[in-house]
Amino acid sequence: MLELRDVHVTANDETGTVTVLQGINLTLEDNKIYVMTGPNGGGKTSIAKTIMGIYRPSRGKILLDGADITEKSITERARLGIGYAFQQPPRFKGIKVKDLLKIAAGNDDNGLHCDLLYDVGLCAQDYLEREINSSFSGGELKRIEIASLLARKLKVAIFDEPEAGIDLWSFQKLTETFAGLREKYRGTLVIISHQERILRLADRVILVSGGRVSEITTPEKFLAEIEIVTADCRCRTDCIKGEVANA
Amino acid sequence: MLNKTDRKLLAAVADLHTVPQGAFNIRKNGEGIMRRSTANIEIVPKADKPGIDILVKPGTKNESVHIPVILSAGLQDLVYNTFEIGAGSDVLVVAGCGIHNPGSSEARHDGVHEFFVRKGAKMKYVEKHYGEGRGSGERILNPKTIIEVEEGGVVELEMIQLQGVDQTKRDTEIKLQANSRLIVTERLLTSHKQEAESIITVELVGDDSSAQIVSRSVAKDDSRQLFHLNLRGYARCRGHIQCDSIIMHNAKVSSIPEISAYHTDAALIHEAAIGKIASEQLLKLMTLGLSEKEAEEAILEGFLK
Ligand SMILES: Nc1ncnc2c1ncn2[C@@H]1O[C@H](COP(=O)(O)OP(=O)(O)OP(=O)(O)O)[C@@H](O)[C@H]1O
Ligand SMILES: [Mg+2]
Repeated sequence: MLELRDVHVTANDETGTVTVLQGINLTLEDNKIYVMTGPNGGGKTSIAKTIMGIYRPSRGKILLDGADITEKSITERARLGIGYAFQQPPRFKGIKVKDLLKIAAGNDDNGLHCDLLYDVGLCAQDYLEREINSSFSGGELKRIEIASLLARKLKVAIFDEPEAGIDLWSFQKLTETFAGLREKYRGTLVIISHQERILRLADRVILVSGGRVSEITTPEKFLAEIEIVTADCRCRTDCIKGEVANA
Repeated sequence: MLNKTDRKLLAAVADLHTVPQGAFNIRKNGEGIMRRSTANIEIVPKADKPGIDILVKPGTKNESVHIPVILSAGLQDLVYNTFEIGAGSDVLVVAGCGIHNPGSSEARHDGVHEFFVRKGAKMKYVEKHYGEGRGSGERILNPKTIIEVEEGGVVELEMIQLQGVDQTKRDTEIKLQANSRLIVTERLLTSHKQEAESIITVELVGDDSSAQIVSRSVAKDDSRQLFHLNLRGYARCRGHIQCDSIIMHNAKVSSIPEISAYHTDAALIHEAAIGKIASEQLLKLMTLGLSEKEAEEAILEGFLK
């Protein structure tokens, strides 16, 4: 179980200090899938990075199975079983797919590496020996990133918009992989996503906006409310009508 | 004969763990100590100056010649080697120099290697530099390499220096005739107060010749590196230089590109980049459980592989 208690995060940019997260309270239980969603810039990635230790809270606490991990480094948290698949994974020069999977899995097991790539819809033969460099497309890079997390034994796994850039044909496979994780996985799964199909996998949907958790609800309820929000927006319906009229 | 230190040096510069197969010449502290010619590859000492002539018969396929140099004392060694790679042959040449300097005087090897790669011949040339020893004496290596590639020849050059050389100035000149091809891979790591300079000049003189140079380096501590990579196109040709350096601590790196075309169908590209290890790369590996130091090592190892 992972808990965030009144977590605040600030960052510095050109304009000075900006507040990124303001008082996040969350309890994430084992054996559950959470989908975190909300407007762009709402603070989803920042929550994930704070859980991973990439961002440090200016206030508040983070607890893993009751133990305070607020002061623990990224490496320590990784070794305790927290994992994060980046929204924008980095490219490397000279590090191959099999090297990354070896680091992630902690072993050289070729069969395992093949299975992992299969789970993200890639053919091992074509990819294991490839360098994760600028020759990779955005979608390929995302799939490798997901595989690097699937390779690990985790208590808390966070996937940041795993579907972004993944083509429609593979999207089905990816949803199946996540649905399958529910069976296989005993820990906490957090998926940051804007996709209805992913939202439907959730036990709970966490809505994040303005650096706060604004709602925790069920997918059904969340999706029903979304429609009301859209219908309520007169400006948007007028625009759409206008477009239709002009077409 | 070879002692333990010699064996270690040979393993480091030429991957030699036993006496190599094929032709070889081992030079230790300024003298040839072991030599073997084969039916197709003849090694002959030069009469007028220190060094050897290596003669590869035309049509020789899949053979190799190892010519490592080791220094295990503070002395200065100068050698001239000439390679005749016969038409249509396909060979591997492994050179390289290992220095173990136990004392306080400088140990220095200056090698001049001249290659004639004849029509349609294929040669891979691997040159590794390695230094060790607790003495305060400097370990210095200054290779000069001149390669002439005739029509349809293919040359692959691998130049690697990853440890223990205090000062190096590498000067490489290559001339490419029609339809010939050159691939250069350079890997350089400097640390402490080491200094390294690499000058590579490639002249593309024949139509449809091509050259690709990929140079990667890491400069640590107070070390300095200078790259001067130069492509000159005199014909319908293609050339590409990629020069990529990671800079750390208080190191200094300069990369001076030069591409010159003397023909309208010469297509030349130079890419050079210097920067520190990208922090996202470190973060990614740390989130997989590596410490910052382990992540750094994994990134550098991959980069220099
Ligand atoms: N390191 C940083 N420096 C400055 N501002 C930051 C930093 N990290 C996040 N922010 C700001 O915090 C806010 C939340 O960003 P975050 O990336 O968490 O949003 P998000 O919900 O993941 O958005 P998206 O859906 O676009 O991925 C944004 O306004 C962003 O500009
Ligand atoms: Mg985000």
